[in-house]
Amino acid sequence: MSHISILMENQPGALSRVVGLFSQRGYNIDSLSVAPTNDSSLSRLTMVVKEEESVISQILKQLNKVIDVVEVQNLSDVESVSLEIAIVKLKITEKEASKIIESAFPIVGEIINHKDEFVMIKLIGSNHEVDDFLLSLNKQKFLEVTRSGLLGMGTGENFLISESETTIEY
Amino acid sequence: MKKESGGSALIRALADENVDLLFGYPGGAALHIYDAIYQQDKVQHILVRHEQAAVHAADGYARATGKVGTVLVTSGPGATNAITGIATAYMDSIPLVVISGQVASHLIGTDAFQETDMMGISRPIVKHSFLIQSPEEIPEVVKKAFIIAKTGKPGPVVIDVPKDMTDPNHLFDYQYPKDIKMRSYSVPSEVEESNIEEAVSLLEKAKKPVLYAGGGIIQGNATEELKKLAKIMNAPVTNTLMGLGAFPATHENFIGMLGMHGTYEANMAMHEADLIFALGSRFDDRTTNNPQKYSLNAKKIHLDCDYGSIEKIINVDVSLNGDAKKILNQILNKINPKNIDKASIDLWNNEILNWRETHGLNHDLLDKKFHQKQILPQQVIQSLYKSTNGKAFITSDVGQHQMFAAQYYKFDEPRKWINSGGLGTMGFGLPSAMGVKFAFPDADVVCVTGEGSIQMCIQELSTCMQYGLPVKIINLNNRALGMVKQWQDMQYGGRYSSILYEDSLPDFVKLAESYGHVGIKVENISELEERMDECISMKDKLVFMDVYVDPDEHVYPMLEAGGNMSEMRVSKTKKTF
Repeated sequence: MSHISILMENQPGALSRVVGLFSQRGYNIDSLSVAPTNDSSLSRLTMVVKEEESVISQILKQLNKVIDVVEVQNLSDVESVSLEIAIVKLKITEKEASKIIESAFPIVGEIINHKDEFVMIKLIGSNHEVDDFLLSLNKQKFLEVTRSGLLGMGTGENFLISESETTIEY
Repeated sequence: MKKESGGSALIRALADENVDLLFGYPGGAALHIYDAIYQQDKVQHILVRHEQAAVHAADGYARATGKVGTVLVTSGPGATNAITGIATAYMDSIPLVVISGQVASHLIGTDAFQETDMMGISRPIVKHSFLIQSPEEIPEVVKKAFIIAKTGKPGPVVIDVPKDMTDPNHLFDYQYPKDIKMRSYSVPSEVEESNIEEAVSLLEKAKKPVLYAGGGIIQGNATEELKKLAKIMNAPVTNTLMGLGAFPATHENFIGMLGMHGTYEANMAMHEADLIFALGSRFDDRTTNNPQKYSLNAKKIHLDCDYGSIEKIINVDVSLNGDAKKILNQILNKINPKNIDKASIDLWNNEILNWRETHGLNHDLLDKKFHQKQILPQQVIQSLYKSTNGKAFITSDVGQHQMFAAQYYKFDEPRKWINSGGLGTMGFGLPSAMGVKFAFPDADVVCVTGEGSIQMCIQELSTCMQYGLPVKIINLNNRALGMVKQWQDMQYGGRYSSILYEDSLPDFVKLAESYGHVGIKVENISELEERMDECISMKDKLVFMDVYVDPDEHVYPMLEAGGNMSEMRVSKTKKTF
C-alpha cells in the first residue's frame, strides 16, 4: 500500500486526467481526497493505492507526466503523518453515543448532531482505527458512514510545494 | 496592432508557428474558423474526405519532416472520426496539434446537435488537451500546444474550441507570445555524469553488445551519433519497427529489425547478448517476447526521453533519461576506443554473420523461389526497392504487407519509413502518403498496402486527384485478411473466420481510373519488374498497382508467444525450439 500526495492545477479536467490515468493503466485507487490549497490555483490530492512496489514506481512516473500535475510525493517514502475523518450515523440515544465514544480510544470522537432518534458522530483516527471502530458497531444501529479517505503530510522539511514556473522558449 | 477575432487569431497563431498546411474537414461548429482561413493565404487548408485521413495525413507529414502536423475538424462526428488518427499518433509519439470545433459554451452539456465531449473522449490518447475558455487566450494556448506537442516525448495535443470563442464580432488585440510559463511542464534535465560513466564502463566491457535503436533516435535526430557509436565499438545494431532508418540498413553493422517478425540473427543476438543498449526504444511487447525470459544474461542500458518508459517492462542496470542526441554525445566524448574489447566483438559479429547465413531472410527467400508458382509478396518489395533505388518514402498499412516492407525494403535514412507501429491502424497508409507527398513533392512516395487495409481509407483517392498528389500505391493483393489468416492457419486449425471476401473485391484498376488515376494489374512474376519500373516512372500520375500475390504466404520469422527471443518459427514447418 502506498500513500501519494499530488499537487495539481486547480482547473477543469485536471482531476479527470489523474483519475483517468488509473483506470487507463489498470491501477486501483483505494481512497482519494481532493480540495484546493492555500494557493487557490492549486489543488492537493491525497490517494491510497494498493499495488506492488514496482507498480507504485510506474504510477509515480506516469503521474509526473500528466501535464496538470505540478508535484508528486510518495508519503510512504518519507516520514509523514496521516489521518482519516469519518462521520457515522447511528440509531441510538445521546447517552449511548457518549459511551461508545469513551470506549473508542485511540480514536477521537465527538457528537456533532442529534435529531429525532439519530446521532451523528465525527471520528478522527488512522484508517485502521476507523476500520476497527466501524467493525465494532452494532449492525442494526449503524445506519451510514462517510469517510474522507486518508489525508497525509510529510513531517519537518518534507514539503510538497510548487516550484517556481519554468519558462520554455522555443 | 491589428485586432483579431478568436477564429482569425487561431489561424494567425498557426501562421506564427510556421504552419503551412492544415489538414481538415469543415462543419457547423468550425465555420467561423473556416471563414478566417478563407480570408488569409499563409496557411493552406487541405480538404480530405474523412477526418481520420486528415489526422493520418498530418501524421505522415510530421513523421517525414520532423515538424508538428496540424489538423482542423468540426465537433461531434468530426471529432470522433479524428480519434483513431489521434490514438495512432499518440502510440508512436508523433507531434500533432488537433483543433476541434465544439458547440457554443452555453450549449456544452445539453446534448446539443453535433456535441461530443472531445476533452473526455480524447483524454487517454493525447499528451495534453485544452478547452478554450476565452477568445483572448487562443494565442497562448496555441503556443503551449505546439511546445507540448514537440518537446520531451512528442505527442498529439487537442485544442477544443467552442463556436462562440471564434465569434467574428468579438475582436481583441493579438499578440503571439515568444515564450510561455508552465509550472507543471518540464522536459528532462541533464543526465548526471556518473550515469554516463556507468554506461560507458558497461559499453567498454561488453563482449557481446547489441545496440537496439527505436523511433526515439529518429525523433531525437540522433542517427549520426548512433552511427559514430556503432563505428567506435564495431557493434551490431538492430532497429525496431519504428526505428527502421535510424541506422542504415545496408551498413555492415546492421543485423535487421528485431522482434515479432524480426530477423533470425537480430532476435538471436538479443537473446545471446551480454549487453543491450536500448536507444529510444521502449521494450515494447513485440520486441521482448516474454519479459521474464528476456535476454537474461545481458546487462541493460536504457536511453529514453520518457522517464515513464524506463523500467516499465524490463529492469535495467543504467538509465539515461533525456535527449538522445545530447546523451549520445556525452557518451561519445567519454568512451575510450582503446578500452573496447574489439577481439571479443569481432567473434560476436562472426557469430551473428553465421546466423544470417544459415537462417537470414535471403536464405529463406531463395528456398521459396525454387518452388514458387505465384508472385511472392517479398519479391514485390524487393522489386520496389530496386525500382526506387532504395530512396523512396514508404508508408504502409497494417498486416503482412507491412512486415514484408519492413523486412525487405532496406531503409538507409531516417524518416523514410512511415507506419503505424504502436496502434497498428489499418487505413493509415494512403492518407499518410498524402502528407509526405505534400512535404516532399519531388520525392517518390509509395504506399505499400493490402486489399484489406486500402479499403479502409480508399476515399482519399479523391483527395489525391484534387491536389494532384502522384503517390504510388502498391497493393499486395492476397484476397484475404492475410495476417489474421496466418494466425488462423497457425493457431485455429485453418478455420478462416471472417477473413474472406474474394468475390466482392472491387476491380482496383477500374476504381483508380474512375478517379482519374492510373491502374495496373500484375499477376505474373515475369512482368513484375517491368511493371514496377513503369509505375515508379510515371512521376505525375497516381498509380494504383494491384499485385496478385501468393495467398498462402506467411511472414517469418515469428517469435513464439510466451517464449524467449530465440524461440522462433522460421517457416511453416521449421522452428528453433
